[in-house]
Amino acid sequence: MSVTHDVSVQVHRPASTVERPAARGWPDINNPAAWIVAAILLIMPLIANGFFLIEIFATTLILGTVALSLMFLAGYGGMVSLMQLSIAGFCAYMVAVFGVSGNANISLGWPWWLAVPMALTLAVMFGTLGGALAVRTEGIYTIMITLAIGAAFYYFTNQNWAIFNGHTGINNVSTPRFWGVDWRADIPFYYVVLATAGLCYFAVDYISRAPFGLALQGVRDNPRRMSALGFNVNAHRVAAYAVASFIAGLAGVLQVWNYRQISPGSVSVGACIDILIIAVVGGITRPVGPYIGALVFVLLRTFALDFLVKIGLDGNRFRLLIGLGFLAIVFWSSDGVIGLWQRWRQSQLGEANRQGGGRGHG
Amino acid sequence: MDSVAQRLSAVGAGAALELRGVTRLFGALAALTDVTITVRPGERRAVLGSNGAGKTTLFNCITGDFPPTSGTIRFFGEDVTHFPPYERIRRGLRRTYQISALFPGLTVQDNVYLACRGVSRGRFSFLRPGPNDALMHAADNLVQAVHLTAVKDQRVAELAHGQQRQLEIALALAGAPRFVLFDEPAAGLSPTERAELIEILTSLPAHIGYIIIEHDMDVALRVVESVTMMHNGRIFKEGLPEEIQSDPEVQELYLGGGHE
Repeated sequence: MSVTHDVSVQVHRPASTVERPAARGWPDINNPAAWIVAAILLIMPLIANGFFLIEIFATTLILGTVALSLMFLAGYGGMVSLMQLSIAGFCAYMVAVFGVSGNANISLGWPWWLAVPMALTLAVMFGTLGGALAVRTEGIYTIMITLAIGAAFYYFTNQNWAIFNGHTGINNVSTPRFWGVDWRADIPFYYVVLATAGLCYFAVDYISRAPFGLALQGVRDNPRRMSALGFNVNAHRVAAYAVASFIAGLAGVLQVWNYRQISPGSVSVGACIDILIIAVVGGITRPVGPYIGALVFVLLRTFALDFLVKIGLDGNRFRLLIGLGFLAIVFWSSDGVIGLWQRWRQSQLGEANRQGGGRGHG
Repeated sequence: MDSVAQRLSAVGAGAALELRGVTRLFGALAALTDVTITVRPGERRAVLGSNGAGKTTLFNCITGDFPPTSGTIRFFGEDVTHFPPYERIRRGLRRTYQISALFPGLTVQDNVYLACRGVSRGRFSFLRPGPNDALMHAADNLVQAVHLTAVKDQRVAELAHGQQRQLEIALALAGAPRFVLFDEPAAGLSPTERAELIEILTSLPAHIGYIIIEHDMDVALRVVESVTMMHNGRIFKEGLPEEIQSDPEVQELYLGGGHE
């Protein structure tokens, strides 16, 4: 339907409003690629060994979930927050502080089912407070404030010994065991991570079409008009930070269970910026983007070292590869890898239609 | 003292919109100076004036986009001078913008749905609207009222200018408006679209009053019963459309380019 033809639309009125279901379906429910990916993720333990399962896929899902919280804020709310990893890290610290760890003088020794809700509550409070500061600004100033919060938290964890145990951090954090299962064993842990990531992914996608998410996109597009429609724009933004903090907090819980320790190195400024890179490389227009970005990031981080050494370069230069990839993505595809993928698919579909034949991709 | 206050509050209760001594400064520049206007409920009024006369600033003060530097604004008797815009909107005030202020990334339907949601409960709801959602039906009806049903699933960024202007009006009519501010709704419309606009404005329920800023006298004077003429941030003249149209000073201002 072209725009030029629409002038006539105003003259003849449609006889009746066609009833359309107001609620929209789940994303990509008709997309075979999504079903294949879901199936592969579910049977992953049959395919992959422990190293791949945890070091690649569980790590990807955890980092992707942190980046998802940024995607929620940036993609729907237009707020680029660099403190999402700090919130995840704060939650991880709180799990270690309230739960059981090797540092008996710090940890309170609560069972995990008490420590985790407590940690999540505090993480949401932390993120909401930071958000309340950040929403008073826009654009680059939001980035600066959240980066400042992230940097301050990093240095605070380094210097505070009473709670955060300084630069050594908290080690030997205990992980849940119940129903006769060690939930940190590779396969159970993979499923815990997959379930959490899947829950966050579908929640974000669902909320994006609910009044709260629609209003958030309205705030992104035109905050002044949203106010002139009766919305309290700042309250909406702060609420978005609270939701994003909860998602980041969940990822933080998984992170501390994954490594069984948490130290300032995990919440460094560089790690905060990695989350931005992951989200942008994957694409911040759709919730799947951060997970794709995280997979690219984790694969590069894990294998670029060997690759670089093989071709005679310093293995620590893997960040150079990530940086170049980041530049390429920002330069050629502002909506990240999913943007590339969508354009490629459209061109494939166009080709297939021209040939009048079947679909050219699998 | 008491009797004066009582009389004032009685006047306030009888007015939809009451501005007293509203002044708005931008630095040293006075965009509005001592503007006093009273508009009855259901009254339809045009605000005329050349560029820079302060018409849009007047709207921004009334909605709270820019709070006035001094003076008071009452909306149906309630002092809203220091209310944020959304509190005024929730009390039944609405506005449109001279340059369309829409949500280009969302569909027509979602734009109107947001407008309906903004003035009702559940703005923070995490539940998607179901197929029988009352607000979704309200949005459908509004979309139909401004003749955009055929494009309701299109993103607003893809709409033609005239359609965006119509959507702009739809957003201002969501919920239960009591008073609407139309800021040049006819800007850039074709003659056919202007006729449609006039039809939309004249067919509004009688209890809904409005102020319309409009340069096109043919549109403005056909949809209002009173006119306020502004010049250099002040009220220059008020009266019936015929009076204003035949006023020699007004004609000089409009046709002669104003007297400095």
